[in-house]
Amino acid sequence: MTTATRSLVATDGNPYALSHLDALEAESVHIFREVAGEFERPVILFSGGKDSIVMLHLALKAFAPAAIPFSLLHVDTGHNFPEVIEYRDRTAAQHNLRLHVASVQDFIDRGLLRERPDGTRNPLQTVPLLDAIESNKFDAVFGGGRRDEEKARAKERVFSLRDEFGAWDPRRQRPELWSLYNGRHAPGEHVRVFPLSNWTELDVWQYIEREDIELPEIYYAHERDVFKRDGMWLTAGEWGGPKEHETVEKRLIRYRTVGDMSCTGAVDSDAATIADVIAEIAASRLTERGATRADDKMSEAAMEDRKREGYF
Amino acid sequence: MSTTIETSATSLLRFATAGSVDDGKSTLVGRLLHDSKSVLADQLEAVEHASRRRGQEAPDLALLTDGLRAEREQGITIDVAYRYFATARRRFILADTPGHVQYTRNMVTGASTAELAVVLVDARNGVVEQTRRHAAVAALLRVPHVVLAVNKMDLVEYAEPVFAAIAEEFTAYAASLGVKDVVAVPISALAGDNVVEPSAHMDWYGGPTLLEHLETVPVGSDPSIEPARFPVQYVIRPQTEENPDYRGYAGQLASGVLRVGDTVTVLPSGHTSTVAGIDALGAETDIAWAPQSVTVRLADDIDISRGDLIAAGPAPVPTKDIEATVCHLNERPLTVGAKVLLKHTTRTVRALVKEISYRIDIDSLEQRSGAEGLKVNDIGHVVLRTAEPLALDDYTDNRRTGSFLLIDPADGTTLTAGMAGEAFDTVSTNDAPDEEDWV
Repeated sequence: MTTATRSLVATDGNPYALSHLDALEAESVHIFREVAGEFERPVILFSGGKDSIVMLHLALKAFAPAAIPFSLLHVDTGHNFPEVIEYRDRTAAQHNLRLHVASVQDFIDRGLLRERPDGTRNPLQTVPLLDAIESNKFDAVFGGGRRDEEKARAKERVFSLRDEFGAWDPRRQRPELWSLYNGRHAPGEHVRVFPLSNWTELDVWQYIEREDIELPEIYYAHERDVFKRDGMWLTAGEWGGPKEHETVEKRLIRYRTVGDMSCTGAVDSDAATIADVIAEIAASRLTERGATRADDKMSEAAMEDRKREGYF
Repeated sequence: MSTTIETSATSLLRFATAGSVDDGKSTLVGRLLHDSKSVLADQLEAVEHASRRRGQEAPDLALLTDGLRAEREQGITIDVAYRYFATARRRFILADTPGHVQYTRNMVTGASTAELAVVLVDARNGVVEQTRRHAAVAALLRVPHVVLAVNKMDLVEYAEPVFAAIAEEFTAYAASLGVKDVVAVPISALAGDNVVEPSAHMDWYGGPTLLEHLETVPVGSDPSIEPARFPVQYVIRPQTEENPDYRGYAGQLASGVLRVGDTVTVLPSGHTSTVAGIDALGAETDIAWAPQSVTVRLADDIDISRGDLIAAGPAPVPTKDIEATVCHLNERPLTVGAKVLLKHTTRTVRALVKEISYRIDIDSLEQRSGAEGLKVNDIGHVVLRTAEPLALDDYTDNRRTGSFLLIDPADGTTLTAGMAGEAFDTVSTNDAPDEEDWV
């Protein structure tokens, strides 16, 4: 570790200037510590995706040499990539963290949720998520959402109050000034906290490179059986693809985001290292979500509508 | 590995835009994002698609920024949004503040974290009431750099005298508010003149384009000349086999520099000690500066918890009597006698609104006394009494340790933004009772 030396890389000729990554890191760590200081039962939403992995890395740094004073929560759609689930379990064990799993499959089996005709399970996550928050009495839930992802997210506060139904009302958000975060909430309400609000996809990758953070292999180029649906390469699997007229082929691909297999698309790529990936996304003419998320394409306000219902 | 880090070690500028409804702010923001190649193909495609559906021929760049359903339906911007873009030299976080009805509250929100404010003026109208209001808010929030963007130069034949007169009037007004750094740029957001690319129509202008200025303006203050302020967020005590006695105070330096060996005072208790060690997110270091997040260890075993302030250099005197300039943010008025919570750095205490000394007319900057309450968007001066002493600096000296929030204890609503001390360096006084019905 050479954190101190790295921070001394002068920008603008000012020896005390911080690089943008150092400034973002300092801000995110501040947010983690505010939550630890003000809430009773915070939890980190951990999917094994790159944003939540960076979030966990920042939390580890924020409380070192002590352990993170939070547990982890994963909403498992039942259609996750096996490599990601393996990474999730290994990471929780490595840091001695308690992992809560809220299972969409379980809710379907119990008749509390119904499979959608299109087989997409992403929108089904909201119910198990809110159930886990309620039954565990979590009062602060960290999410890896970034404001650059989507225009409804650009309006989201760092501390986002949710009512007893988990709902987000963009018109009733608390103004957020300076670095003074207001976490007051009534019993039954909770606060979603977004420590990566001000990070972009490129920042996340540059930070992964700088900190040498391990990611699930699906983020790097590999050969995989995929088929095309709605202009995206989807992984063939038991979740319901391909259909009769869809043909499977082996392609060299990687994933830019990690989510439910039924709606997370792969991109053609030969980027095998972090540096390759950074070069690739710096040159890409598509946003992360535009390239890989089917569920955001459903309507112009798809994300906003899901967030109002309690989605992250 | 080191080469990648050095090329990526760009700095970060947080800035805010202010402009009234028809000044072309959305177009300017859209132009900055578009011309700096921060708008990607799928976003542009979505905007083109939405524009076509609305019957518009050209893509409406304002749709890039209006993110909420209600905003698109009504064609207005409701709330502050944050935008991100980057050039090879710098990363930018833009607080895009709406110019609509609730502008004071929204601009205060956007300006609170900004190091630079862009005030947009329509070249045909020059400095108007709104412009003065925007300058006043930037001055009030102590935004270090102000840029006057004189927009729609294409509609005044790109005439230098028009620009010069507006720039002169604005600079004089801003100087009277105590704003030291004003840069004026003549632009056309619609045609793209001097936003990202230099204009071919204004040979007489020798200054930077707007983006060039944003890329080169110095960011961050000089921590070496500020007293150190370290609000304690959280006490780290692992109590493990490897670290049985570790006791560190976690926080983010609000200002200044801390070195191992420095003498520090802990407030409000007033105990003094010495910095025994600094841990920068897991790695030991001998120096830290604002705004780094670190963990500080002290030589003496004294009682310190969340909410305390570790200070070096001249330290503020803790007090229960606070005078401050405030901007009221909520529809519920702030009244004399109100019992509220006050959040200052990492400490939240009970507080009483003892007095509302005056309200500031943000257009004329006159102080109007006789106020019983502050309405939403009002800026005024108040006297507060707190249940426990607080170590506040003047907001003039320190934006982080001089700021606070007032919170409704009943439902947690954020009511008011506060800045310790007087609002402006120079203000005129008008003690005549307020004629408006605004209580």
